[in-house]
Amino acid sequence: MTLVPPPPVSDFATVRASPEGGRCEGVWTLDGILDLEQRLLDVQWPSGALQLDGSTIRALDTIGALQLLNVIASLEQAGHTVHLTGLREEHQALLDLVQQRRGSGAAPPPSKPANFLERMGRETIHHLYGSFTFLVFVGEAATTLGRLILHPSRFRWQALFANLETAGVHALPIIALLSFMIGIVIAYQGGQQLKFYGANIFIVELVSLTMLRELAPLITAIIVAGRTGSSYTAQIGTMQVTEEVDALRTIGIPPMDLLVLPKLLALTIALPLLTVFADVLSIFGGMVIAQTLLDVNFQDFLDRFPQVVTLTSFLLGVGKAPVFAAIIALVGCYQGFQVRGGADSVGRQTTVSVVESIFLVIAADALFSILLGGVGL
Amino acid sequence: MSIRVQNIVKRFGAFVALDNVTLDFPSGELVGLLGPSGCGKTTLLRIIAGLEAPDSGQVFLDNHDASTADARERQVGFVFQHYALFRHMTVFDNVAFGLRVKPRRQRPGADEIRRRVQELLSLVQLDCLADRYPAQLSGGQRQRIALARALAVEPRVLLLDEPFGALDAKVRKELRRWLRQLHNALHITSIFVTHDQEEALEVSDRVVLMNRGRVEQMGAPDQVYEHPATPFVYGFLGAVNLFHGRINGYQLQVGEENLPLAENGFQSGTEALGFVRPHELDIDTDLASRAGIEARVERVLALGAMARIELTGAMGETTCHYEVELPRERAAVLKLSAGQIVRLKPARIRLFASDSQSAEQVPYLPVEHMVGGYGENI
Repeated sequence: MTLVPPPPVSDFATVRASPEGGRCEGVWTLDGILDLEQRLLDVQWPSGALQLDGSTIRALDTIGALQLLNVIASLEQAGHTVHLTGLREEHQALLDLVQQRRGSGAAPPPSKPANFLERMGRETIHHLYGSFTFLVFVGEAATTLGRLILHPSRFRWQALFANLETAGVHALPIIALLSFMIGIVIAYQGGQQLKFYGANIFIVELVSLTMLRELAPLITAIIVAGRTGSSYTAQIGTMQVTEEVDALRTIGIPPMDLLVLPKLLALTIALPLLTVFADVLSIFGGMVIAQTLLDVNFQDFLDRFPQVVTLTSFLLGVGKAPVFAAIIALVGCYQGFQVRGGADSVGRQTTVSVVESIFLVIAADALFSILLGGVGL
Repeated sequence: MSIRVQNIVKRFGAFVALDNVTLDFPSGELVGLLGPSGCGKTTLLRIIAGLEAPDSGQVFLDNHDASTADARERQVGFVFQHYALFRHMTVFDNVAFGLRVKPRRQRPGADEIRRRVQELLSLVQLDCLADRYPAQLSGGQRQRIALARALAVEPRVLLLDEPFGALDAKVRKELRRWLRQLHNALHITSIFVTHDQEEALEVSDRVVLMNRGRVEQMGAPDQVYEHPATPFVYGFLGAVNLFHGRINGYQLQVGEENLPLAENGFQSGTEALGFVRPHELDIDTDLASRAGIEARVERVLALGAMARIELTGAMGETTCHYEVELPRERAAVLKLSAGQIVRLKPARIRLFASDSQSAEQVPYLPVEHMVGGYGENI
């Protein structure tokens, strides 16, 4: 910042070789150290220990001090031991300061690409931590639910009904179409085999049990996870980005009350109902195939249906739905609250939300199969 | 209601956002929290509101320790930079929301809510827009609705996080004046965060300057402007010219030249930084005079009543930039042209010792910033 004119060439910083080592001369400042390295190339250093005389340095600034330290470092690298002597007091102080500070500014060593084990370890810890915060979230939702059961008047019924409509009623057409088609597919594939043995009538067991116990709840849950779970994440995530969530908190509404619980309860009610709806439509799909390809008409199908399908099978299927619903709603909302920063984060968390909820739904379904098999159902 | 924060520390990973901050916000005042981005001012505001928990330290509201209180128990009104209005609600519903969601016992009746919302909407001069949705409003209107929403719950404290940051310069100026009037009418303890020194100095009763998670200075606007406690404050509150030199008796020796000092609390030989505001520098075209410092004119900008002259060091060093503001008439008399060598004569120099703890921060700031002030408001 000072208005020093550039020094004449004779003033440039340099080191002059002397019998015991070298003498630093000139102005060791931003302007003075220009091409210093060039000048030092010609210096004939005596071998072994070097004595650098600093008393003839006429001016020193931070960049000059840094350069001086670099010169010493490169000499030491070349195998000399270097002693810097005779520095003026203020120059020594500056040099010490620069030496002390420069370590902190140095670039970190280039990081090696992490090996497989390290990556796996990091990912594991990352996911364990994620699971832990998710559990904290679930716990918070549970305590909020408990509080609301004690004070039902604080519950946001309006939000519940609005969510029931969007998550339930609006999902009917897509659920209808997809479960109908799944019914057709199962009946068609299974029917080919049955027809081969002339066991056409067993299409009833095939379609009914497969759909009621396993496929209808699963397919419905997967569709809802893609449709509703993602929209939960996107909605809460966007509110997080626009600070609406913070606004709710300052106005005095815990976001849990308004944003999570109505969604959780609405989905827990809606998903079993949607599952029943999917049951009906998928069996209807099976019936259509049974009539057109297997000569089992609607009447025969419906006559046999109550004989082979027990109430337990139906209830087991529908009973899984609330669990799936809780998984989808909690994962969706949790991922929404995980949004940090901007819009790109909303998209990322939405993807994570769908993948995670579908994964957990299928995992839970597998767990159900094992547990129910264990008790002989 | 008075607010007191005590020994607040907040870290985000390795980054220290707030480093042992202790501040008093007197009751009924409008305080501006001013600082560059990343200095921790928004974090402090969010901690006061209860949106963020400090790693250590306490928040006192009305001398009660509210550190563990939930955001809603603190009864603060918060206005966000990007308004945070509820998009699916009309303006009326947005403002009424805070009242409607109160527990039944505290909730006013529907008529009372209607009356209060209308009152607030006329307070922010937008009563005709009650049925619109936020998307149909301009930025300035949205921010006023956000303010009405924050006031609806009758907060004890009003916190504004860069309320005018997303608005254009003209609207910003208007709202600034309007906010001041509103505060004069309501007298609610308010803190508002900004990185715009002009805004803070114009609106606040008191300004708090923050840098790197610490409080640099607190005081009335004219006080901090006239008597900056640290080089950072000096540099942040407007454009400055920086002279790096050494004290020599009653002179500041800058390179080969000397600037006379009217008074001097430093010992000779001390390394010092001299700060001079652009309007405190005069230009002398008489090169024979020994007073002042040589510089080369780079650009002359005559805008309005003042002419701004940008200069560099006389030898063309790229690291020395100076900025001078002269009355237009004076500039006309001088007949400056680019490339001309002139002498700069400061009317007033504010000195800081180079090695003082706060002065240490100066070299970190890029030189252009130090000279040009902080970007937007040169």
